[in-house]
Amino acid sequence: MEWPKNTERNKNLRQVIAFTSFKLLSYAVVMILFLILAQIIYKGISVISWEFLTAMPEDGMTKGGIFPAIVGTFYLVLGSMVFAFPIGVLSAIYINEYTKDSFYKRFIKLMTNSLAGIPSIVFGLFGMTLFVNTLGFGDSILAGSLTLGLLTLPVVIRTTEEALKSVDDSFRHGGYALGATKLQTIRRVVLPIAFPNIITGLILSIGRVSGETAPILFTVAAYFLPKLPTGIFDQVMALPYHLYVISTSGTNVAESQPIAYGTALVLIMIVLLVNIAANTLRRYLGKKVKMN
Amino acid sequence: MNHIIATEKLNLYYNDFHALKNISMQMRPNTVTALIGPSGCGKSTYLRLFNRMNDLIDGVKITGDVRVEGKDIYAKNTDVVELRRKVGMVFQKPNPFPKTIFENVAYGLRVNGINDNGFIKDKIEQSLVQAALWDEVKDKLNKSAFELSGGQQQRLCIARALAIEPSIILMDEPASALDPISTAKIEELIYELKENYTIVIVTHNMQQAGRVSDNTAFFYLGELIEYGETKEIFTNPKDKKTQNYITGRFG
Amino acid sequence: MKYFLKKLTGKLIEGTLFLSSTVTTLTIILIVFFLFREGLSLFKHSPIEDGFVVAINSQNTVKKITSPQIMDIFDQEITNWEMVGGKNDSIILFRIDNITDYYTEEQMGDTLQHIPKLLSRLVDSIPGIVAFIPASYAGADFKGRILELDNISLRKFLTDKEWYPTAQPAAQMGVLALISGTLWVSLGAILLALPLGLATAIYMAEIANEKTRRVLKPLIELLAGIPSVVYGFFGLVIIVPLIQQVFDLPVGETGLAGSIILAIMALPTIITISEDALRTTPRAMKEASLALGANKWQTISRVTVPYAASGISAAAILGMGRAIGETMAVLMVTGNAAVMPHTLLEPVRTIPATIAAELGEATQGGLHFKALFALGCILFIITMMVNLTVEYISAKRKYSKR
Repeated sequence: MEWPKNTERNKNLRQVIAFTSFKLLSYAVVMILFLILAQIIYKGISVISWEFLTAMPEDGMTKGGIFPAIVGTFYLVLGSMVFAFPIGVLSAIYINEYTKDSFYKRFIKLMTNSLAGIPSIVFGLFGMTLFVNTLGFGDSILAGSLTLGLLTLPVVIRTTEEALKSVDDSFRHGGYALGATKLQTIRRVVLPIAFPNIITGLILSIGRVSGETAPILFTVAAYFLPKLPTGIFDQVMALPYHLYVISTSGTNVAESQPIAYGTALVLIMIVLLVNIAANTLRRYLGKKVKMN
Repeated sequence: MNHIIATEKLNLYYNDFHALKNISMQMRPNTVTALIGPSGCGKSTYLRLFNRMNDLIDGVKITGDVRVEGKDIYAKNTDVVELRRKVGMVFQKPNPFPKTIFENVAYGLRVNGINDNGFIKDKIEQSLVQAALWDEVKDKLNKSAFELSGGQQQRLCIARALAIEPSIILMDEPASALDPISTAKIEELIYELKENYTIVIVTHNMQQAGRVSDNTAFFYLGELIEYGETKEIFTNPKDKKTQNYITGRFG
Repeated sequence: MKYFLKKLTGKLIEGTLFLSSTVTTLTIILIVFFLFREGLSLFKHSPIEDGFVVAINSQNTVKKITSPQIMDIFDQEITNWEMVGGKNDSIILFRIDNITDYYTEEQMGDTLQHIPKLLSRLVDSIPGIVAFIPASYAGADFKGRILELDNISLRKFLTDKEWYPTAQPAAQMGVLALISGTLWVSLGAILLALPLGLATAIYMAEIANEKTRRVLKPLIELLAGIPSVVYGFFGLVIIVPLIQQVFDLPVGETGLAGSIILAIMALPTIITISEDALRTTPRAMKEASLALGANKWQTISRVTVPYAASGISAAAILGMGRAIGETMAVLMVTGNAAVMPHTLLEPVRTIPATIAAELGEATQGGLHFKALFALGCILFIITMMVNLTVEYISAKRKYSKR
């Protein structure tokens, strides 16, 4: 057969062009990330001080610190995890260990995926009607935590399920072969092996919860509240909502911009720490399990 | 000296693992050579030398000589694409592309720069006829290749390889994923293709090797244990290991 | 006995596990219930806020009037009853605050107890009057006629462009501008994010070596982890001023700013899912392509990408769904004008941003409040459709690819 001439050169030229542009586009994505991080770190780092982190806001939130927002976010993260973590893990255990590939399993998975796709503002509406109004919790840590908890539940379920799935069946069979019951096998064999990945999922969802704003708008977040909460029925300030407020509708948006950069940097630091912790844990605990 | 394929003192390493050990072997044109041996013996790796498929794997190192039509194909100036046009390959599982039947066969022509549609059409018919598939698919050339049965898909893959007019066809367990009837069709096809092509086939199936091949090479732990006429190997093996293998004592 | 106890504990634990697994389903059911109960009640309601009525002179021949007409009347766009199918008589507007123009404080009484009587007399005496008054003042012996307004209809809700949910006397509840705003901004985002995301996915799955990939992957994850307010803040301080300068606009808060921010936010979703889809392409299929003399790029463009096409489209749809539902970042950078968008260089307002911005001001249980829940229902339905489409695509992938 007569093969056309120059095909090779054309082919390879196209390949070089395609690969180079893909590489550049990928680096562009990374550049976007660095641009965001650089901007916020550069402008925010000078604002951060011990005082900024531990003082109350002052002068219409244009001066002072963000302590109540940090405390508020801490309580919300804690509250939502206390709720979502056990339910999520138990739910994943049931789905992965107790149901066969049945209709029920597929249905629960569909529902979990659907819940994950519902916009966070809808969770806000829902949390407001159910927790704030119907159950009468009012704008409170309790209502906000429950709303956030439901929002992260699918994340916890999915990561736990992945973790359980990655445990090889031979471990389970090994457990049964030693005469252990299903429950014992899950508790003594499966869960310890899956543990690092489950915890990784938990850490990552902490990162997610700490940055969510829309669900807390109408369930807990306070515009300005320069005191610490005393119970679960109190309102609190929260970092993401505080950032929103002072950068769009504060008393003096221009003057509070340094505070906004500082708040954004604190949020970014939480995300960075959470990601680093998750990756480290995955690596460290992953190795340990393999060695056993 | 009319060898179309030859290796001389060939060694292949995957990183530290010595996968092929000092293999020297020649094949004549228009023959079918079967490569047999237990899993992991290196027979597939050996097959993949001739169209340089091993290049795709990281950490592969090769020493020695591999010649196809007299040329050292691992020489620096080798045109790998030209080599692959000359040496076609059929894989273990049928792996048609997510395209129409027509476009599957046309693929090799198009990626090598042929755009003359009249020529492509003729070539496709010719290849499908050669692969004994034409009558079954001539009315549905624009249907997805995934609609064909497993056996049909594998013959489509053979047609796809034939379309670019190779002189050698490598087959890596081409019937291992097929039912007995489809297998018989493939074997029949191999017998017919021998007239125009040189075929090297890796197989797990002793009977198949016996039925389709002229020569057989037995590999064990990366070494070529025995190579000769199929009849000879099956009826009168010289090596104890060969005998054990073909009588089914291991593998 | 011990055996029995053990068995009982086992059953109890299994029951607890089962109950936990129902929480997600239960949540969805509850969301549907509360959202739609509140949202749908909007359509059982006239556009006049509870506790108020619009009254006219009993001799007036106008029978029915639409809520845009009421609005035009009170905006003095419509000034004659002839224009709404009545007699030729000019319209005289009356709001309850105007009462002092007609009567003295003395006439109203110490505790304003005479107001109902006065209002009744007033409406009765002026033939062209239209009065917007509290319902409690129009009791049994009220001599005027109360105008009946049609309930807010779903069709009108979805097709009207005017969004003045707190307009008096009749609210204008058209959400078309908000729906179009949402779709425009999200579509813009996907058009920006898809090429970039797909290129990155292809680079990571097929081109980059393992080491590069190990660096890129956590960075993409990090991009996914940044909170949406931070994206919004970044958009506000960097992208918005940039757009204003580049396009020489009066304000930089535009649909484009929203699209750019949403595109960045959708990137991790698109990259991760596309990359996974590309990775499912069987090795043998790629090898077959190479064995036919194709080079790596031909193999990627002609075999790998077509094979992963359904997965990639799922990624795009999911990215779009995320963009549609995103609230805070959009709220911060799009300018939030509730008008029909013509280009992406104008301020627009999306559904989630509307809810977030207005719910705080809406009276609980009021018309505005209900309308915002109806918007929530629309959002819920759109995202549900997105989810189910993606589920359908991935289920089909699983079956067809064995």
